[in-house]
Amino acid sequence: MSEGGIVGSFIVPVHPHTVLVPEQNEGWQRLRNAFDEAAQRIKDSNADLLVIYSTTWPSIIGHQIQADPNPEWVMVDHDFHDLGSIPYSFNIDSEFAHAWDEANKKRGLKSRTVNYTGFPIDVGSVVALKLLNPENAIPAVIVSSNVYANRSETTVLAKSCLDVIKATGRKAVAVTAMSLSNRMFTTAIDPKDDKIHSLKDDEWNRKILEFLGEGRLEDVGQLSRTIHKQIRVQKVVAFKPMWWLAGMNENRNNLTGDVLAYEAIHGAGGAVVHLDPTPSGAGDKEYDEDDVEFFSGERNVLDAEGDAPSFDAQLSQPQQTATSSGPALWEPTTGESSVNSDAAPKPVGMYPHARRVGDLLYLSGVGPRQPGTNAIPGGPICDEQGAPLNYDIKAQTKAVVDNITRILEEAGGSIDDVLDVTSFLVDMDRDFAGYNEVWADTLGKVGPTRTTLAIRALPTPIAVEMKVIARAPKEN
Amino acid sequence: MFESWVQRVVFGLNADADIAVKRLACNMTQGEIVAGCLAPHPPHLVYAENPPQNEPVAEGGWEQLRWGYERLRDSLKDVDYDAIVLLSPHWQTYVGTHFLGLPNFKSLSVDPVFPNLFRYHYDLNIDVDLTRKIHDKAAEAGLAVKMMENPDFRVDYGTITTGHMFNPGWDKPLVVVSSNRSRDYYSVEVMQEMMIELGRVTREAILESGKKVVVLASNSLSHRHFTTESEIPEDMSKEHITSHAMHLWDMRMIDYIRSGQAQRILDEMPEFTEQAIAESDGGGLSWLLSTLDTPTYPGILHGYGTIIGTGNAIVEWPERNHKEASQ
Ligand SMILES: [Fe+2]
Repeated sequence: MSEGGIVGSFIVPVHPHTVLVPEQNEGWQRLRNAFDEAAQRIKDSNADLLVIYSTTWPSIIGHQIQADPNPEWVMVDHDFHDLGSIPYSFNIDSEFAHAWDEANKKRGLKSRTVNYTGFPIDVGSVVALKLLNPENAIPAVIVSSNVYANRSETTVLAKSCLDVIKATGRKAVAVTAMSLSNRMFTTAIDPKDDKIHSLKDDEWNRKILEFLGEGRLEDVGQLSRTIHKQIRVQKVVAFKPMWWLAGMNENRNNLTGDVLAYEAIHGAGGAVVHLDPTPSGAGDKEYDEDDVEFFSGERNVLDAEGDAPSFDAQLSQPQQTATSSGPALWEPTTGESSVNSDAAPKPVGMYPHARRVGDLLYLSGVGPRQPGTNAIPGGPICDEQGAPLNYDIKAQTKAVVDNITRILEEAGGSIDDVLDVTSFLVDMDRDFAGYNEVWADTLGKVGPTRTTLAIRALPTPIAVEMKVIARAPKEN
Repeated sequence: MFESWVQRVVFGLNADADIAVKRLACNMTQGEIVAGCLAPHPPHLVYAENPPQNEPVAEGGWEQLRWGYERLRDSLKDVDYDAIVLLSPHWQTYVGTHFLGLPNFKSLSVDPVFPNLFRYHYDLNIDVDLTRKIHDKAAEAGLAVKMMENPDFRVDYGTITTGHMFNPGWDKPLVVVSSNRSRDYYSVEVMQEMMIELGRVTREAILESGKKVVVLASNSLSHRHFTTESEIPEDMSKEHITSHAMHLWDMRMIDYIRSGQAQRILDEMPEFTEQAIAESDGGGLSWLLSTLDTPTYPGILHGYGTIIGTGNAIVEWPERNHKEASQ
């Protein structure tokens, strides 16, 4: 058996116009002609498998792979139902679907096959299979587009597909059913008036197609997030098919690209593009993102013992380990007589939050960082590149006092136990007044002794830190 | 058409229409909205119920919410009405608002996301007259609308789940309205302006129709899913809200609902929709509250629970008991 691989890749539009009413608009007809040309090229390539990644089949629970050997139904589009119905009967490679599902799991992905009578095959897949494989001569598989999947996950999804293609010696064609810009007109239009929704969308589409025409697929993949922000309706699905297709082509930039057509479909950008694996003159990668082999991401929310952090918490909160913007965070040390609090921010070195000695409690320097999120109330004093930012010293000072309160309460005491404070400010001229005002409202009322110093910097981008000695609560 | 709608909304040229609504509301020989309900549609509820129409078989699950639906049905069992008007976020139309426009739809609905749980044989009747009235009024108001008259069209699982849970006997005709995706194209604010306008004309059409109607918005509140499913989907030991923030948002909205502060829900809809990834993004809740003339009386909370981590409330605004409030 010869080594399997990708013999060609195609990008095709999703809306039903090219199947049902190409004659109503010259552009739709050109797209249809391009589809027919693509079908001929696929036939000539002697491909024995079509793999469809469709953006119009979203999934939530991992990746779903169609495994019904002969799905049959009548597809009607949610928006364009008046254009007519598309009856379908497809030839699905069920065996390949199951093998891909297994390969996904081996690479750490959540995956399942679906095989149910009447399963609603999505419009993108129906259009692609109807036009690229009109006689059903080539068996196909279809995979969903997971709404939460990121680049690494989508890349791994492609790799596991390639694992099976290689292991089974298949000559596969990879297809992404997708729009480029996907903003449609929100009202009915006369077919003859169809055009790309905006000039900006059109310009971005042409730029993408310029790259693809040069065979620079990986470059488009790496621009995926930018493209999504610029020309895609903000749905969760994102411009991720380019990640998958780039992965299917081993993240190459030197394919031979051919844009067969580019036209508007109700305002959205539709293109038929052929990417031949034959190396072209264009250079290979110009820059690289991580090349991920196994997925070990955030899919374990339900699997984990106890409460794993939710995906959104991870999205909205900085990492708790080393970040580019500050020092690594440590678990507080737990030696004899140390006092630590989950309610206080993690140390930036190997030390406890506080230590008890006789009747006194010595606290490590306390800053304003928030426990858990590591966020700085009032904002950081500079950005990741070190450029100064406008911050609120009062909010920072208040947060320091709150953190001190938490640590003391954890030790069984309260803010009223504070005896002596040494305060450090990174900008005495700017911040003393605000700091002093919050002090007066909080610790000032408790009445500890105080020393305030100006220093050049603190280890995190904060403006104020306090060193506290407090009365230790009675041990019982 | 769109431009004229924009002018009306943006420049507030709605005075004539407002007067028309007020006149209608005063004339109580007209039609009536007996209740408006928030009636979410996770297919898990139908699955757990094991009705004969659904193919998969469950051991139960999500009882809190199913009991909530039971209380809602009980609350309306002696109330006479002619039709149900329902908006589902899973009929997603980008080109305006669409309405099911044929008298009957009968087919099999398979949920593309949870096909293991939901494969339902439906047979539902449409009140085409009332549908057309709402459609025509919306068109007059400058909204983009379309009747869906393709007999092969498959009704989305959101419509069917809510339709089943609210009225398992399917003995009332429906008006089925698609959801609005303007939030994706523009912003929650634009979506909401359109849906408040659609609610206004929905109310007007119902009152003019002489029919008694229940209005249902089929959506969850917070809508962050878990991305894995346990071996037994109905294993309730795995079911809880995805994060504390989602819980807080849901409780805030429920608090407004129970204290008769519908206007605050509308006011906070942009933040709620963004931060809780709420399924109200399709406009269902905004449309419902507008259809109920932004109630100032409390909604009855019949149930709350999570489904695969999303927050779901079953709520009834019993307009029949608050006629004075709507005049
Ligand atoms: Fe939903």
